Formats: sequence, C-alpha cells, structure tokens
Amino acid sequence: MIALIDYGVGNLFSLKSSLRAVGADVVVTSDPDTIKACDKIILPGVGAFGDAAEKLRVTGLDKVIRDEVKSGKKIFGICLGMQLLFEKSFEYGEHEGLGLLKGSVVPMEGKIPSELKIPHIGWNALITKKEHPIFKYVKNGDHVYFVHSYYAEGCDESLLATAEYGNELTAAVALKNVSGTQFHPEKSGDVGLSILRAFAEWED
Amino acid sequence: MITKRIIPCLDVKDGRVVKGVNFLGLADVSSPVKLAKFYSDSGADELVFYDITASAEGRALFTDILTEVASTIFVPLTVGGGINTVEDFDRVLKCGADKVSVNSGAIRNPKLIEEAAKKYGNQCVVISADVKRVDGVFRVFAKGGRENTGMEAIEWIKKAVDLGAGEVVVNSIDTDGVKKGFDLEMLDAVLNAVNVPVIASGGAGSIQDFTDLFKTLPTIDAGLAASVFHFGEIEIKALKEELKNNNITVRL
Repeated sequence: MIALIDYGVGNLFSLKSSLRAVGADVVVTSDPDTIKACDKIILPGVGAFGDAAEKLRVTGLDKVIRDEVKSGKKIFGICLGMQLLFEKSFEYGEHEGLGLLKGSVVPMEGKIPSELKIPHIGWNALITKKEHPIFKYVKNGDHVYFVHSYYAEGCDESLLATAEYGNELTAAVALKNVSGTQFHPEKSGDVGLSILRAFAEWED
Repeated sequence: MITKRIIPCLDVKDGRVVKGVNFLGLADVSSPVKLAKFYSDSGADELVFYDITASAEGRALFTDILTEVASTIFVPLTVGGGINTVEDFDRVLKCGADKVSVNSGAIRNPKLIEEAAKKYGNQCVVISADVKRVDGVFRVFAKGGRENTGMEAIEWIKKAVDLGAGEVVVNSIDTDGVKKGFDLEMLDAVLNAVNVPVIASGGAGSIQDFTDLFKTLPTIDAGLAASVFHFGEIEIKALKEELKNNNITVRL
C-alpha cells in the first residue's frame, strides 16, 4: 500500500486518478499510523516551499516521513514534494527541507539565459544519468511535463535525469529508497504513468 | 529543449463538443470524453475545454464531464468559459483542471487575475483575449467576440500579465474560421510585449499554417485549433511529424 500524503498542499485529483489508472494500491492520508503501516510514500506538492515545509512541521509529518524513510521505506516526491526531500530551499528566503537528499533548491532566475521564460513550463526531453527502478520504463529523450521556477542543485549523488533549458536542470533524483521528479508524472501521458507504475512495482 | 505545443480546443455546450465558425453557427461534433481521449492518444500536448453553456444545468454537466476527462486523460487540461470569480477557479480545479483561462470575467474585474494568481500561482492563470482589428487598431472583444470593449489589446494583455497571468491565448477574430493561417502580425505584437508563454489561436487551416507559425515566430509556444482537428482535416500525428521534419522541436 502506498501512502499519498495529504497535507493541504495542492490538489490530489489527478495524482489519485493516475495512480488508480496504473492499478496502484493507494491511501490518501495524513495519519501517522496509516503512513507507518504503508510500505511506500508519495509526497506531492505545489506552491511555495516555505509554506509546505511549515505545514509538514506543524503537523509533525516531517518527523514521521523522515523516520520512516531513514528506516528504509521507499518515498517518491513530486514537484515541490521532490524539492522538499532536499536540505534547503532559497525560495523567498531560506527554508529547511526534509534533508533526505544532499542538495538545495535555487531559483532558475540568473541560472538560465534571461530571454528564456520562467516558469519552465511545458514538455521537455529527459537526459537520463543513471538507472533506477523508478525509471525502469523510461528511455533517454522521453518527454515529460514541467511547471516550475526553482530547481535542485548540488545533488550529483542522487541525480537521475536532467532537462535542457538554457542549463541542465534537475528533472529526477533517486538514491537508494529516496526518489522524486521535478516534473509531473500525472500530467506526462504514458511516460508519466510508466514512472508511477514503476514506483508501485518497485521491490528490493 | 522545451517543445512547441499542439493544443486542440473543445468548446462544450450542454455536455457536447461544438465549434463556432466566426463564433456563430454552432455544429455538434462529438463526445468530449471520447474526443479528449482520441486527442491524447494522437499526441496532443494539452487540451483546452471551453464551457459555452449559459445555464446552471449545463454548468453542472460540464463539471461532470471535466471530472470524467481528468480521471482518464493524463496531459495538462485548461478550462475556460464562465470563469468570473475565484470560486469558479476552485470549482474547475477540484474537477482536475490544471489551468484556468479567463476572458470576459477578467475584463469586467481585472482583480480576478491577481486574486487567482495569488491563490493558485501564476502558472494556473491563463488570460485569453479575443482580438479584432477595428480601424487598424487591435481591440479586445468580450462575450465570445460579440462586444467591442474599446480596450487596446496589447495594453490589456500586458496589464493581465502584470496582474499575474502566467500564459496568454491570443485568438484573432479576424482569422478565426477563415483557415488561411494564424494572425502572425497580431501574435508578433503580443510576443514583443510579454515574457510569458503565448498560444496562437484562430486561423489554422493546414499543416503548413502551423509550420509557418513556428518558423516565422520562433518564440511562440503553442498553436491551438478546434475544427481542423475535430473534422480530421489535420491529424495531430502527421502535423507533429511534419513540424519535426522542419526542425521544430515537438514531442512525438
């Protein structure tokens, strides 16, 4: 069973539908005992990093997630949910993340040529960097759907794929049981669904 | 590099897809859910649904359909039509929309853009403008292209982006339904004025029209059309292959 964490950040409609479409066993929850009873975690999220990190802290979910993942539970973060896996973010100030992966989240502004539009929005091709069970069905060059203005850097250790947008932006990360995508698999057609399926199928 | 997007637009009235020619004379085409699935399977990068229903019953029917589409199709969905309040944003986002397009509602109350952008993020708010030349000046029209607001179009679009709109759909009333190509002059003027994604709408009649659009205006982000897709005059797969042959980056 996968725990899809509901902490009041963003709309889970499409994510729930897409997980149902790949036949994944999912429970939408914010209850620590339910999360502990599940064997995998999906951490979604849209909006501002600071607000989301604060919500996790206030609800105590940050500690629950950190403890579960440190004891080996598999986690998949999506968009802001992936950014939260890192140590910190510099979106409107400086905020602490879950610290499950090395690296930090920084604005694209100044890191890409100024004529490129921000947010990076649309379909872009994946440049795969290594292999990992969540990318079991993904091929180098597959297109996925992005919407973001910040990206993770200093994450060489976990880097799974990038996308070219004036600079190579972190598109997916994975290190042991910790994984995530900057793009939205639930909006990335068959490629996206295949990643969710791979996460659901992922065994040690 | 980011791909150019091809976007079929589905005008929905009382639960069915219709397409206006110059906004008049509606003709029934097909079931929204079937058509959406067909387009998604053919490689559409995104789908736009415009609710052109006037009644409350029609509106409820529309959200039911949207829910069904969003449960079965996993590409970005934009919804427009009848969006007048932040509550309207909430209503369609809960049914699985990713972006919400505002037109007449934002003309009546520009603050709507600002409020929605604050609540849901700029990427969620699309300003859609129906534009027509009147005595050589680009003017914004409201109410589905029937009413001249008197506003200068480029100024209005710039204002909407300043207020927080994260994307612009420019629909040229002059070229809409004519099928002789997009309104490159109008689109160029908009591209020069804003730095958010711009979607071209109105006038696509052939694959060549899309090639011309992306070749002539390299910074345009997407091409949107309805009837040419609905009636099978242009197949999305063939269109994207032809664009690729012309060195235009697309998702195949």
